[in-house]
Amino acid sequence: MSEKKTKRRDFLFTATTAVGAVGAAAVVWPMIDQMNPDASVKALASTEVDVSALTPGNTLTVLWRGKPVFIRRRTQEEIDEARSVKMEDLIHPEKDEDRAKNPEWLVMLGVCTHLGCVPLNDKGDYNGWFCPCHGSHYDTSGRIRKGPAPWNMEVPKYEFVNADTIKIG
Amino acid sequence: MSDHDYRPKSKVGQWFNDRLPLLTLANHLTDYPTPKNLNYWWTFGGILTFCLITQIVTGLTLAMHYIAHADMAFESVEHIMRDVNYGWLIRYIHANGASMFFLAVYIHIFRSLFYGSYKSPREIIWILGIIIYLLMMAAAFMGYVLPWGQMSFWGATVITNLFSAIPLVGEGIVTWLWGGYSVDNPTLTRFFTLHYLIPFLILGLVVLHIWALHVPGNNNPVGIDIKKPSKDTVPFHPYIVIKDGFALLMFMIVFAFFVFYAPNILGHADNYIEANPMVTPAHIVPEWYLLPFYAILRSVPDKLLGVVAMLSAILILAVLPWLDTSKIRSAVFRPLYKQFYWILVADVLILGYVGAMPAEGLYLLIARVATAYYFLHFLVILPVLGFKEKTLPVPLSITEPILGGSPNLAAARNKESKIE
Amino acid sequence: MKYILKLFSIIIIIIASNSYSFAAEKVEYLKTDWSFKGLFGKFERSSLQRGYQVYTEVCASCHSMKYLSYRNLAEPGGPEFSEAQAKAIAASFEVTDGPNSDGEMFTRPGKLSDKFVMPYENVKAAQAANGGAYPPDMSVLVKARGGGVDYIYSLLQGYEEAPSNVSLDDGVYYNKYMYGNKIRMAAPLSDGLVEYGDGTTATVEQMSKDVTTFLMWSAEPHLEARHQMGFKAIVYLIILTILVYFSMKRIWSRVESEV
Repeated sequence: MSEKKTKRRDFLFTATTAVGAVGAAAVVWPMIDQMNPDASVKALASTEVDVSALTPGNTLTVLWRGKPVFIRRRTQEEIDEARSVKMEDLIHPEKDEDRAKNPEWLVMLGVCTHLGCVPLNDKGDYNGWFCPCHGSHYDTSGRIRKGPAPWNMEVPKYEFVNADTIKIG
Repeated sequence: MSDHDYRPKSKVGQWFNDRLPLLTLANHLTDYPTPKNLNYWWTFGGILTFCLITQIVTGLTLAMHYIAHADMAFESVEHIMRDVNYGWLIRYIHANGASMFFLAVYIHIFRSLFYGSYKSPREIIWILGIIIYLLMMAAAFMGYVLPWGQMSFWGATVITNLFSAIPLVGEGIVTWLWGGYSVDNPTLTRFFTLHYLIPFLILGLVVLHIWALHVPGNNNPVGIDIKKPSKDTVPFHPYIVIKDGFALLMFMIVFAFFVFYAPNILGHADNYIEANPMVTPAHIVPEWYLLPFYAILRSVPDKLLGVVAMLSAILILAVLPWLDTSKIRSAVFRPLYKQFYWILVADVLILGYVGAMPAEGLYLLIARVATAYYFLHFLVILPVLGFKEKTLPVPLSITEPILGGSPNLAAARNKESKIE
Repeated sequence: MKYILKLFSIIIIIIASNSYSFAAEKVEYLKTDWSFKGLFGKFERSSLQRGYQVYTEVCASCHSMKYLSYRNLAEPGGPEFSEAQAKAIAASFEVTDGPNSDGEMFTRPGKLSDKFVMPYENVKAAQAANGGAYPPDMSVLVKARGGGVDYIYSLLQGYEEAPSNVSLDDGVYYNKYMYGNKIRMAAPLSDGLVEYGDGTTATVEQMSKDVTTFLMWSAEPHLEARHQMGFKAIVYLIILTILVYFSMKRIWSRVESEV
């Protein structure tokens, strides 16, 4: 067999294999993507909460995207406490002013950033939240202060539709 | 796998292979000596493997979204079709995949009938195949129930009622199958469970089917025993792999046509109406691949005997290796059998056709004649033919001239390709 | 090879002729050009939007469409209303939600994520309001009828005076395309019944075509994606088949010369 012929054969086999591999990959994608959130789940992005009955010092827990959201109406002491903390003391430095635009209202996902448990209200060494699973302590701004959790509790996108209603998402 | 003295080259490979001889198995599969005269009818084994894997993969993904509850099943299927990412694609592949699976299995079975692949020493392969076929029918039937449309519901009602034909205990068995007094939620959940289980049973049987095949090796269009490995054989890889691959791609083009351009043509419109126990659809028809047996069932005027006839029509295949008394395997060298073979093919197609028609008048008459002929073929024609038929001379090897010296292989090959 | 193809085509013809033969009676349906048929078939957006108008102004008073959501109206491959339009459409419906913190159900304007509001609470209510006949849900109606779009299109235009030998009960109408010719739905369309925003003349024929197109989309919302993907998939398969064919010839040339 001449060298030229061998080369052509190699090219043919390479091309066939390559084209076949591309097709196989294209077939795999739908099988993976079907496990992603579907169109109906994505559409349920926002929820509206009536907070008119919430008094200072209390927390309302609502479900959003299958997760609890803490809506805390903070007392003045809590706000002062949260705002007086020095950034150097924080594991995950974030200003309280950035976390709670309206200082009276703290809205955040009630999910511990360690492994996803729901922290307990009004517990822990920092007067905020305490996660019973592995002992993470959060302050009155929901920031991690002690324990294994790496980040502060997440603040979702939300807005006040009117004085009494918060729209989350 | 005793025919192998394979030893991996690397130390690690040897260490592993001494403990679990997977590399020996892989080597056996790639080197497996295959007759080199296999024609395209032999590619359907590979195609069927593809079908089974496709059904299992798409089925698993569908099961992640499907809800097996009488109140929610229909809605969950619509949810899959509308909202799940690529859900419509996966469901249409699965639904049409069942039809493609049966199309391939019928070709595979009729190839076996033509070339006598069921004969000694391959009886076990054949019987395993019949069991796989039975399980396929069970899986397909239960799968059709899951969307919980009108055909699902009434198909389930009619088929489960077949068991009521059993004397004395029939009614009790039917109630037991249903888990109630009619087809309802308990029936649906158990059908879903079994529909999920059966494909894995099939997979296990397929492994046995291939294992049993690899003991004597493939039959071939000439139907003679060949020495392996020899110049009559080629290693499975790359020769058969590429050929199977080519045939599979042709098959996939047809498959894709159905999935993308006629996804509902093989189904029934009534199955897009949610199950309603108060209203029966005007025509209850099973899926096309069950129609010949449905025709046999309806052609017998007695309930019990109808069921018996239908079951016998399938089970008779299991004893085929002993009903066919001819020593010659391939129909290429059996001029009379070849004619009866094609009559049988036509007979089954006719049964399928009348199975789709209303069971009345001329259709019923045709169904009865065709049913009678079906049994006549297996019970009378085949046994007698083995003794009476004058067969053609068979070659000694697929590359050597025929015994007696007259026509050579080329002639035999020509004949074989004229079977159409 | 040829034989495989031949066998395939024979089997396909048999299957196809079988499945067609169940399709109710042998009535010639009215024909029209459907833009969504064929290899590259697509919906006509304007027709889908008009069809939605006919559905919502005429059909929706009795027929539910419970598997559709308002968001679908803005999704690609459908009527493709703008998101703002779809939101406005959704907001024009009163949706029952709840229970609220007092444990009571309340109504609010619809959102994109809501399902189409149903005309009746349940099947029994629908039957009670329609003389015992349940107006079928229209979500997948086109796929649930043997004749598909042609059947629906014809049925909407198939009302005529009953022949003298057919007697009709009260509330039953004669339709030449209906199975058994007797239908509990009065002729739903008449010329000029709706006023199309785009200036199209609302003849019965036009409205039938538009609403049937809309129903085809509602039954098969991914039809366009399916046609596009199908074409690509088949072209790809043909290319790979050709490559594999030549590879096969090359590989087998090693042994075939010896035969």
